[in-house]
Amino acid sequence: MTVEIREHGFDPYREVSDYQLSVLDAAGKYGATAVFVGSMRDINEGDAVQTMTLEHYPGMTERYLEKISKEARQRWDIIDSLIIHRVGDLHPDEPIVLVAVWSAHRAAAFDASRFLMEELKSRAPFWKKEVLSTGSRWVEKNTPG
Amino acid sequence: MSITVKFFASLREQVGKADTTLDSQAVSSVSDVWNLASGGLLMPANTLMAVNMDYVDATHSVTEGDEVAFFPPVTGG
Repeated sequence: MTVEIREHGFDPYREVSDYQLSVLDAAGKYGATAVFVGSMRDINEGDAVQTMTLEHYPGMTERYLEKISKEARQRWDIIDSLIIHRVGDLHPDEPIVLVAVWSAHRAAAFDASRFLMEELKSRAPFWKKEVLSTGSRWVEKNTPG
Repeated sequence: MSITVKFFASLREQVGKADTTLDSQAVSSVSDVWNLASGGLLMPANTLMAVNMDYVDATHSVTEGDEVAFFPPVTGG
């Protein structure tokens, strides 16, 4: 169960691969890996977005990501989970978030990864500010899943 | 002893500061902390609040050494 905040760009697919090789001591135990990657779009609410700044509440963010990871572990029979979330300045197409879940069978991995993403979006203290050609604006609410 | 107050994102910009400290004798609830620390700004209805990094509501009590944070709805992921 790992959560990380990153201030620089990351390759989510490489992270999953590295985690399986170096941290997850379960080769042969997991039959399912569910991977969700959220990336920055270049349009929001009909406006072209040039860049975005992601702010967070250091300490509380990690605390809530760990909290939801523990909740997922209690609800589903999963082997491990990994959450990585970017902060700082981002450009379109850059990864924002990675959620990966390993389990013996697919249902737990699918369900727990969806749960982690929805809980992250509603409880983890991150905020997005977009830069448009006309100025900047805070994103006021998440789009429905 | 004092209470540490933090503001994030759009609330930080509206209040005009990221953090401040208050004398704990002057406040008893999260609501009191807002009134004193925000400089009289009306609290937006969707404001979220945390004491020591756990979500609370405005009636939650505060004691010396607490860290109280105010922020808008979260938009990560």
